[in-house]
Amino acid sequence: MDIVLSAHGGGGKLTEELIQEVFLNEFDSDILNEMEDSAVLDIDFNKLAFTTDSYTVKPLFFPGGDIGRLAVCGTINDLLTRGAVPLFLSASFIIEEGFRLYDLKRIASSMARTCREAGVKIVAGDTKVVARGDADGIFINTSGAGYVPFGVNISVKNAKPGDKVIISGTIGDHGMAVLSSREDFTFDPPLESDCAPLVDIVNTLRSFGESVRVLRDPTRAGVAEVLYNISRASGVGIEIYEEKLPVKPQVASACNMLGLDFLQLANEGKLVAVVESSAAAKILEAIKKCKNGREAAIIGTVNDSGQITARTALGTSRILSRPVGELVPRIC
Amino acid sequence: MGTNQVLRSVNTELKIMEVCGTHSEVVSKYALRQFYTGRVKLVSGPGCPVCVIASEDIDLIIEYARCGFTIVTFGDLIRIPGTVSSLAVELAHGKSIKVVYSPLDALAMAKDNPSNQVIFVAVGFETTAPLVALTIMKAKKEGIKNFSVLSLHRTMPQILRTLFQTGVNLDGLILPGHVCTITGSKPFEFLARDFGITAVISGFAPEDIMESIEIIRENLHRPSIYIQYKRAVSTSGNMVAQEAIKKVFKPCDALWRAFGLIKDSGLAIKEAWSFFDARKRWPIKPIHHKQALNKKCSCEDIMKGILTPLECPLFRTFCRPESPIGPCMVSSEGSCAIYYKYGG
Repeated sequence: MDIVLSAHGGGGKLTEELIQEVFLNEFDSDILNEMEDSAVLDIDFNKLAFTTDSYTVKPLFFPGGDIGRLAVCGTINDLLTRGAVPLFLSASFIIEEGFRLYDLKRIASSMARTCREAGVKIVAGDTKVVARGDADGIFINTSGAGYVPFGVNISVKNAKPGDKVIISGTIGDHGMAVLSSREDFTFDPPLESDCAPLVDIVNTLRSFGESVRVLRDPTRAGVAEVLYNISRASGVGIEIYEEKLPVKPQVASACNMLGLDFLQLANEGKLVAVVESSAAAKILEAIKKCKNGREAAIIGTVNDSGQITARTALGTSRILSRPVGELVPRIC
Repeated sequence: MGTNQVLRSVNTELKIMEVCGTHSEVVSKYALRQFYTGRVKLVSGPGCPVCVIASEDIDLIIEYARCGFTIVTFGDLIRIPGTVSSLAVELAHGKSIKVVYSPLDALAMAKDNPSNQVIFVAVGFETTAPLVALTIMKAKKEGIKNFSVLSLHRTMPQILRTLFQTGVNLDGLILPGHVCTITGSKPFEFLARDFGITAVISGFAPEDIMESIEIIRENLHRPSIYIQYKRAVSTSGNMVAQEAIKKVFKPCDALWRAFGLIKDSGLAIKEAWSFFDARKRWPIKPIHHKQALNKKCSCEDIMKGILTPLECPLFRTFCRPESPIGPCMVSSEGSCAIYYKYGG
């Protein structure tokens, strides 16, 4: 391929190939090569977590959130999934000439509110304005830094056969909410994005120490991609129980109608956790007590097959494949 | 019914074809083949409306895009390879190509952009044709001047006739529930009459398909068209939808990937509506490209139910969803894409 396709931004296999071929090759960085949600850096016996993300979601305001809230949550959540305590954010804005000041203020105030909710501060920023047509409304980049408490080692490489896989709530809400607001689908009851910082859930998990092995937030390309990342980085297989997957009926039926797979839809306030089997029940109970964890469920078991499989309601078993291109563009 | 079939039904596993891509997906998603191992062999047929679009037609759409028309269509079509490009590649090169979920959205797009000529590329079987017909009627009524339709609609009965005329060996057919909701069961009666086939019009839940398989097993010796999907399908079908199709479309010979030109297997826009027929209103010829399709690609035999994707030498090695060689790997309803996604 001699040009970048929209599918290269889908967060699945094609995105990875692009990153591998163009960036990882050039940047030659051990830490980047690990492809974790955020980098954990050793500085003078302290561990600093550092990450960055850009937001291009369309529409800018959608049921359950907006680009500002998303830009804060997404970056904070990438710090949290390494077990870090998020502290500081930077925020950069690329604004198209003619953008309404009223909307810009709404976005800024939503960012401020979300920062207060998560206990982080925006400490650096940048604003650029480009000519009409050179951007689509507004794009936001946020970077985030935090510290990893002593002894915490949460990594996509840590899953072991026998471990249980937990999802912190219903799957695919964000992807379907953005898609439906863009396409003017309406649901009864209405469907909202799950966009939220995962601070309370991760803080709850801290008390379980090393029983919590992997945390990952299933954003672009969804739960399916996260399972694939865990499987490859840890050298394990995972079996998912299809009947146990929590999904809102509106999301499931819309997926059916549109030929989409909810396991590949983006989530912005969910966590996939791989935990030690003996602690799984207690961890699940603890997550369920959190505000955004009420519908958490144990959805699978880690094994040594090297494959991601799904056990169907009929008791048969099938492959769960990796997302390739792009299901729904500009979802975050 | 031939003696051949009776013998098969006693001694060996039954070979049943599900024609519709949505059925194929349910079969794989619930790993029904595993459930029926040794008893029933389920093969997929030519029921993915996107897979059967010939590369010549894709070339034509690309030519329209390159001439500055705004192309509007359904999502799967944009990744299907023509002979030298695909709509996805043209899109990345800045051509105006939009994806919608309904033909009415394409009409709305034309209304909102009066300076652009919008061509809606209509793909699909009898299921989607009525809505396209209604869209064309609406365009006429509202006097929309910058909207036309490139009809690539295909119809189901003739392709099944061709399939059996070429001598495919099957014990039963699972017929497409959505198509039959529109057409009713009548247009398919020739399958039992002329070819001695037991066929069931099935719903789309896994238990619907399982019940349909049971109906075929029980009625192997009583060829007929059975309706399992009774909550949606009748003998005569949806008359309003059929009228809409008849008003705007007429049968035409159509080019199918894997099968070639088949008489009366497509829908062309009638003369009375030719203002909205992109072919008539904007007659252009795509630049002729020599077929660049890989000779080892087995899509043709896969769509005929002769091979399964696993038996294609390119499957998973050279042909993958991100770099598809044949159309069955592109569309989410294509057999190869389904096998790739679910493992079989």
